[in-house]
Amino acid sequence: MASEETISNSEAAGAPVIETRNLEKVYSNGEVEVRALRGVDLRIDRGEFVAIMGASGSGKSTLMNILGCLDLPTGGEYLLDGVRVNTLNKNELADIRNAKIGFIFQGFNLLARTSALENVELPLLYNRTRGNVDTSKLAHAALERVGLGERVDHVPSQLSGGQQQRVAIARALVNSPSLILADEPTGNLDSRTSVDVMSLFRELNDQGITIVLVTHEPDIADFTKRIVDVRDGMIRRDVMVANRRDPQVTLRELDRELAGEEDGH
Amino acid sequence: MKWSNILKVALNSILRHRMRSVLTMLGIIIGVGAVIIMVSIGQGVQKQVESQIAGLGSNVLMIFPSATNQGGVSQAAGSRDVLTLDDVDKIKRDATLTANVSPIVRASAQTIGGIGNWSTTIQGVYASYLDIRDWQLATGEFFTDRDLSVRAKVCVIGKTVADNLFPGTDPVGEQLRIRSVPFKIVGVLTEKGQGANGQDQDDIVLAPATTVLDRLSGRRFIQQIVTSSISADQMQAAQVELTTLLREAHHIRPGDDDDFMIRSQTEIADAAASTTQVLTMFLASIAGVSLVVGGIGIMNIMLVSVTERTREIGIRMAIGARSSDVLIQFLVESVVLSVFGGIMGIVLGLGGAELISLVGNMATALNPPVIIAAFIFSAAIGIFFGFYPARKAAALKPIDALRYE
Ligand SMILES: Nc1ncnc2c1ncn2[C@@H]1O[C@H](COP(=O)(O)OP(=O)(O)OP(=O)(O)O)[C@@H](O)[C@H]1O
Ligand SMILES: [Mg+2]
Repeated sequence: MASEETISNSEAAGAPVIETRNLEKVYSNGEVEVRALRGVDLRIDRGEFVAIMGASGSGKSTLMNILGCLDLPTGGEYLLDGVRVNTLNKNELADIRNAKIGFIFQGFNLLARTSALENVELPLLYNRTRGNVDTSKLAHAALERVGLGERVDHVPSQLSGGQQQRVAIARALVNSPSLILADEPTGNLDSRTSVDVMSLFRELNDQGITIVLVTHEPDIADFTKRIVDVRDGMIRRDVMVANRRDPQVTLRELDRELAGEEDGH
Repeated sequence: MKWSNILKVALNSILRHRMRSVLTMLGIIIGVGAVIIMVSIGQGVQKQVESQIAGLGSNVLMIFPSATNQGGVSQAAGSRDVLTLDDVDKIKRDATLTANVSPIVRASAQTIGGIGNWSTTIQGVYASYLDIRDWQLATGEFFTDRDLSVRAKVCVIGKTVADNLFPGTDPVGEQLRIRSVPFKIVGVLTEKGQGANGQDQDDIVLAPATTVLDRLSGRRFIQQIVTSSISADQMQAAQVELTTLLREAHHIRPGDDDDFMIRSQTEIADAAASTTQVLTMFLASIAGVSLVVGGIGIMNIMLVSVTERTREIGIRMAIGARSSDVLIQFLVESVVLSVFGGIMGIVLGLGGAELISLVGNMATALNPPVIIAAFIFSAAIGIFFGFYPARKAAALKPIDALRYE
């Protein structure tokens, strides 16, 4: 199996990026208790590209939020780069969110009335580990990297959904994290733009960044290397992608289709 | 987070909500402006009173009829008929610690002369009055003891009277009819300007006390006696001596109350100073209330803005802002707002005070300590009223803040 190769490679590199043991999350609002996660064991190694799939309400976002240190589990253990997250304090968690993890949301979550550049600059302003850096230069570079070098001064309301998601990706990238977590990054985008974004992720993954994303669409999941199926707060299936799609190829196909349609008219 | 970055984040957020920021600042602007204007007015009045009291002359003791309770009806000080020219002459004759003494007999009257008529205050005094008050003559000379003994119809007029009745000419030698009695003008006083209550000190006619009693007031009693003691050290002793002399003159038995009272210039100055200080404090505290209201305005808007910006806080925390970063951002925002408001309030206050002194013809005085205090106070208000909303923002959990709709 292809997975064996990946796992043995990263073991040589040290601890897995993500390791959860019997992870549980219970939401209790007064009398009602929702067991959103019921014992998740997940191990993701450096350089992996994982899609988490599952029905609505199965616990994908809950899992992502815990992996992204935005929320804490109510049971079990989560080790990030070998460090037990449960033992960290609020400030240490904030620093991890800032430097180690780039989180991308379905709703983009950009600051309104704030230019693309300033949005991307934000994580740099909260960075404590770097010394004096030219934040605006780094933010510029990150925007160039996602192909938005021309749009630095636009505010979110002046950008399309795909462009906003690129700004969000640039923001996630700007502190050079080793892990990118994306909760339905293509959920609000049309299929062409979705493939664009996946192509960007593919590029980043090829450069060695570990990527975990949530998606409903099998088409999108096929661009990744591994698919984890979640059902009722538990992992039901964990498989390597047999025929991994190349977003570049898909883009070319889409272009050709478009050209063909135009010829037909 | 570096301070430059904190400031950048706070300033960006203020500029992004311009209207809200201006409204927030308005309370502080008005508060600080009001404090400065009020204190300027109070201090202006205080300065004016001080300079006017200094103009009363040095070592001056004033004698008034005392306030009494006659037949169950209390009467205001100075309204009683007890002082006469005999008292003045007795002091002049017997007092060893008093250098000069003069009565003041007041009458208000219509005067006719020069180009028309003018209604003013007539004061009947002795020749030494000028020395007691330390006043000067612009032209002519003052009347003499001889004028007093013969009840000469001569007078010395103030600048305002001269300007109104004899514009452009020297009034000395001219005639002034006071209640149709013709007086000869022998001198004009130098200009003294406004008095403590804003009254015009130059709107005055001085005439021999004997003449005024005889011709104008038609009474025997005088309203006031002014004396100057021989030196500042002897004020206390002079006051004791005057008391003894007057009790004797008024046949007051030991144990009975005086029917007069003696006030020194310093006592009057102190009383006036404390009155104006109370005025200043009163004005300042009214203005202070508006400053506190401005501070509460800041808190109110910051609280609303924390709720309104919950998602923003969530986003900031999600990308690595610590609670302390959020706390400091909101604190800096409210401090920047209140300090900006404070600066604008100072400008408004200084401009307003200037305008009032120009348009309202009122003295105002700038007070640097008050300006600095108003500034520091507005910054303190920013911290004080910004802290609660800021802490509320910082206490949010990232995931809850992000989920907030
Ligand atoms: N804050 C919360 N309080 C209470 N219950 C919650 C909360 N967040 C999620 N849940 C519940 O936990 C379960 C898992 O929710 P989650 O958002 O993780 O699902 P999901 O897989 O991301 O769904 P979707 O595909 O619709 O985004 C759901 O039953 C949901 O109702
Ligand atoms: Mg979800």
